[in-house]
Amino acid sequence: MTKVTMTVNGKTVSAMTEGRTLLSSYLREGLGLTGTHIGCDTSQCGACTVHVDGVAVKSCSVFAQDVAGATVTTIEGMANADGSLSVIQQAFQDHHGLQCGYCTPGMVMASAALLASNPSPTEGEVRHYLEGNICRCTGYHNIVKAVLAASGQDVAAVAAE
Amino acid sequence: MHNFDFVKPASVADAVAALAAEGAQALSGGMTLLPTMKQRLAAPEVLVSLTGIAELRGVSGRAGASVTIGGATTHATVAAEAKAFYPALAALAGQIGDPAVRNRGTIGGSLANNDPSACYPSAALASGATITTNQRDIAAEDYFQGMFATALGEGEIITAVTFPIPEKAAYIKFAQPASRFALVGVFVAKYADGVRVAVTGASNDGVFRWAEGEAALSGNFNGSALEGLSVPSDGMIADLHGTAAYRAHLVKVLTKRAVAAAM
Amino acid sequence: MPKDGGIGASTKRREDIRFLTGKGRYTDDINLRGQAYAHFVRSEVAHGRIKGIDFAAAEAMEGVVKVFTAADFAGVGGIPCGWQITDKHGKVMLEPKHPVLADGKVRHVGDPICVVVADTYEQARDAAEMIEIDIEELPAVLDMKAAIEPGGTLVHEEIGSNLCFDWGFVEENKAAVDEAFAKAAHVTTLELVNNRLVANPMEPRVAVADFESHSDQYTLYTTSQNPHVIRLLMGAFVLGIPEHKLRVVAPDVGGGFGSKIYHYAEEAFVTFAAKVVKRPVKWTSSRSEAFLSDAQGRDHVTKIELALDAENNFTAIRTDTYANMGAYLSTFAPAIPTWLHGTLMAGNYKTPLIYVNVKAVFTNTIPVDAYRGAGRPEATFQLERLVDKAARELGVDPVALRRQNFITEFPYQTPVAVVYDTGNYHATMDKLLEISDHAGFEARRMESAARGKLRGFGIAHYIEACGIAPSNLVGQLGARAGLYESATVRVNATGSISVYTGSHSHGQGHETSFAQVVAEMIGIDAAQIDIVHGDTSNTPMGMGTYGSRSLAVGGSAIVKATNKIINKAKKIASHLLEAAEGDIELKDGKFTVAGTDKSVDWVGVTLAAYVPHNYPLESLEPGLEETAFYDPSNFTYPSGAYGCEVEVDADTGQVTVLAFSAADDFGNIVNPMIVEGQVQGGLAQGIGQALMENCAYDENGQLLSGSFMDYAMPRATDLPMFNVDHSCVTPCTHNPLGVKGCGEAGAIGSPPAVVNAVIDALIRGGHDVKHIDMPLTPSRVWAAING
Repeated sequence: MTKVTMTVNGKTVSAMTEGRTLLSSYLREGLGLTGTHIGCDTSQCGACTVHVDGVAVKSCSVFAQDVAGATVTTIEGMANADGSLSVIQQAFQDHHGLQCGYCTPGMVMASAALLASNPSPTEGEVRHYLEGNICRCTGYHNIVKAVLAASGQDVAAVAAE
Repeated sequence: MHNFDFVKPASVADAVAALAAEGAQALSGGMTLLPTMKQRLAAPEVLVSLTGIAELRGVSGRAGASVTIGGATTHATVAAEAKAFYPALAALAGQIGDPAVRNRGTIGGSLANNDPSACYPSAALASGATITTNQRDIAAEDYFQGMFATALGEGEIITAVTFPIPEKAAYIKFAQPASRFALVGVFVAKYADGVRVAVTGASNDGVFRWAEGEAALSGNFNGSALEGLSVPSDGMIADLHGTAAYRAHLVKVLTKRAVAAAM
Repeated sequence: MPKDGGIGASTKRREDIRFLTGKGRYTDDINLRGQAYAHFVRSEVAHGRIKGIDFAAAEAMEGVVKVFTAADFAGVGGIPCGWQITDKHGKVMLEPKHPVLADGKVRHVGDPICVVVADTYEQARDAAEMIEIDIEELPAVLDMKAAIEPGGTLVHEEIGSNLCFDWGFVEENKAAVDEAFAKAAHVTTLELVNNRLVANPMEPRVAVADFESHSDQYTLYTTSQNPHVIRLLMGAFVLGIPEHKLRVVAPDVGGGFGSKIYHYAEEAFVTFAAKVVKRPVKWTSSRSEAFLSDAQGRDHVTKIELALDAENNFTAIRTDTYANMGAYLSTFAPAIPTWLHGTLMAGNYKTPLIYVNVKAVFTNTIPVDAYRGAGRPEATFQLERLVDKAARELGVDPVALRRQNFITEFPYQTPVAVVYDTGNYHATMDKLLEISDHAGFEARRMESAARGKLRGFGIAHYIEACGIAPSNLVGQLGARAGLYESATVRVNATGSISVYTGSHSHGQGHETSFAQVVAEMIGIDAAQIDIVHGDTSNTPMGMGTYGSRSLAVGGSAIVKATNKIINKAKKIASHLLEAAEGDIELKDGKFTVAGTDKSVDWVGVTLAAYVPHNYPLESLEPGLEETAFYDPSNFTYPSGAYGCEVEVDADTGQVTVLAFSAADDFGNIVNPMIVEGQVQGGLAQGIGQALMENCAYDENGQLLSGSFMDYAMPRATDLPMFNVDHSCVTPCTHNPLGVKGCGEAGAIGSPPAVVNAVIDALIRGGHDVKHIDMPLTPSRVWAAING
């Protein structure tokens, strides 16, 4: 077992790992951050998406030891400092961008990564960027609306109602 | 998955040394290797991560001549940084998988794996790229040796890939709807000495060049030059997502579209 | 304008806060102290005889607690089926045993053979590799028609046939139907496949169980849509645990779509094993394992015929369907192709004579059961494809042919047993044509043609039967359960309310919408009301969530219990106000003596109920808590018109959905935002079925689409924004809210609309294509174009 230290949601944390310990397991089991979800075993669904050193990655497809020392943000680190929902989280609630909630952490993390690199995306760019995040509940309609709204755009003007 | 020892060397020399261990395997982005290990279809005893080796990362080039990409450079980096040198290659990198996959997956990992439906092999073959390893330079023509088979030897690491820059090129990918790999992908590159057409996703033998199409397009770089040609369906992949005849048909359709899109 | 938080308001969902901050509590987030991990060793062949299992080496490995095989389950019941069909000869269906672990034979790829329980998950998997299983492979039974030929291989030798039942509906009408066909001016025939699907909720199934020896109490946490049903089936039929000793909890559940209705072997296993190994046992499905162990959906092969008279009136429908049951009967499997399918064959049309034949067949495939829509999508797809085909053959407008045959008078007794209470199909059709700009289609088609693309418009009109009921009727039809719902409304002393419902929310937003109902009825702030669900230890016996029943049945139970609360509260208020009970009015959370300004507020009454100092103790019990069970008198019948506009790239066969419009009649709406979300999600799944999703097996019964690498589901790039309307309202006549189910509609109405649109595009493009079986993959569309 090897101790792996990272900065997760702004805090320096460590947990014991095997070589095969995935980043997702490190977060869920090692740190108890169960907001990161596992929806598949082929790097397809994106429910486990977190940010590693500022970019979106699928935490089920990265070994914890490979990202030792990294700065990681998970869904638990996305709310505002006072605990209120961040702009993106609030937009998901406002626009009903989630139903069962299982893909939601990955969707929020992917959306945040998109808006960090492209603050004012088109509907097509939102859809294209979210290609690696599968939602089985919403049909994506309200997710796309939420992301557009979070970008500060007039949702009705960008996306046909 | 089976357990293993994880090592993360900081130099190619250290990585090569680590790979000499019994049961050692290189790990780049892990986008294919990890799922394979989860299924217990791969079980390395030592996993040697290449993600910590700075000398394996980066894009450099000379406009109009060539672009060289470090073996552990991610698809996202290629999509962003190769654009100035080789837009069609950058566009290809920007279509692999999805954004999170592109942030981890690497060109070296893709070429070393040589999945018959991966995108990069078509660019390497159509561009006549040179695959540089810690031991030697390998011409793309010699590198690809069939589905999941390459010229790489034990302990050999792709350190860089150099693409001669064509006059015009484009990659058209027709995605398999579940995996988002190429059901068929065609990379067309027009060089001063002729046109090269490389096809991924279609053949049971992995990436291949469509010689007949190349000959026609070398004479006339216009989709109309392909009229009358047809791609035989022998040896084409047939699966849930498409018949062999369909894939053969797509080769021609996508080649035409790539010619039209070539920039 | 509805009040914020009341009925009719698009109240934002309160449950979102925990889901958006990573604080949802799903089953896999639950870890019990000292838990061991179960790994199932599953059959790699579709059909075979188990000759031997050698697990000695595995059991000796580090961390291994015990290896279980079928031998450990001697004396334990099999996984039960919840519905018994009686066939057209009056014979009950063949019902083979479904052991928890394969006993003697394996019958599908993924059939569990043994289970390793170990200290860690990886140790269990490591040990599983040391188990040697000797299997004599047998020929796989796959083709349904071949399977029921005499003399073939049997999936279950002991029942003597692969034909589970041969159901005729309505058998008495068969001769009249045949006669109508003989007299028909025109007959349209269509043979089609309703493709097998995998529900794939994003959360794979998980089960973790504990046994406390000091109290003989079992607790099972499981990813279920209906924890009480699991408690009943597993307790009474499998493990023999009385209900008061078994607590089943379904916490936050990440989607179900039907696949989490059923009682599965893994749930029974962990509950049984926890007692044996004296520590909690947890099983977490991987996605790959889910493909091999979750019940799958659809898989019908059908021939349907429509008889018309010389004026294009429908005179009869006749169908012949083979329904795949898979290797074992899943919980509700026999009901799906029968009572949830045959009864919908009238659709929206006044066809006087209908005969439905369904042969249910065992095969060496994963069991099939309800998936979003369940039987109703199969019926709708047949009918709406058939009507479109008939219109083409007759050279009439498919909209006009539908309108000509629409049912217009309600209540309407169909020839297939059910009575539609309300509806207005012309209204939904009108609305669809309006919102989809049907009139502008030709201009859009020309624009596509200019770009070399084929554009098509497809229409479907659906009827659905939701909230299966009433219990006494479904009992006659073979249900081994009642189909009521329960609610307890517990008012606390200071006026806040906990509502305990037997409905389970796994995406539907009940915590918000149910609270809206109670808030509206009493007139207090919805924030004062909590909706509690998913735990058999604190909610009355409930039937759970499926078949678009939650609001219509579960919501009605809440209304009933809340009315009891209001009635009692009025009694208390009348005492406090010294007025006659009949003069007390409740408005905005205040009890007033009619025509006066004398009043007492909600909290004044609730305090009096629990601090009964000034209280009519001689005639009224203290406290304010009521339970109600609601058993509906009929189904609800939502209906709607769906329109799909596609573009086909004839060179590649690629279909792009450019627009999708849905005009639904769901009766009254409690939360429009949630209803729209349900429709959008259903549309995505229906479009997925039509274009992408395909659960396929090879000739040996190996699953070809066994992961997300091969089972294609819509991604964000595959779908357009949806145009969803629910302004056509004919309230349900028999439930107190006037509501109809909305959860499955999108998945029911959309597949025929999509396929009709593609066929329309191809025909308009000059390609003589009459039908393509779903999914309409590019390869299939291209092949159809190129004959």
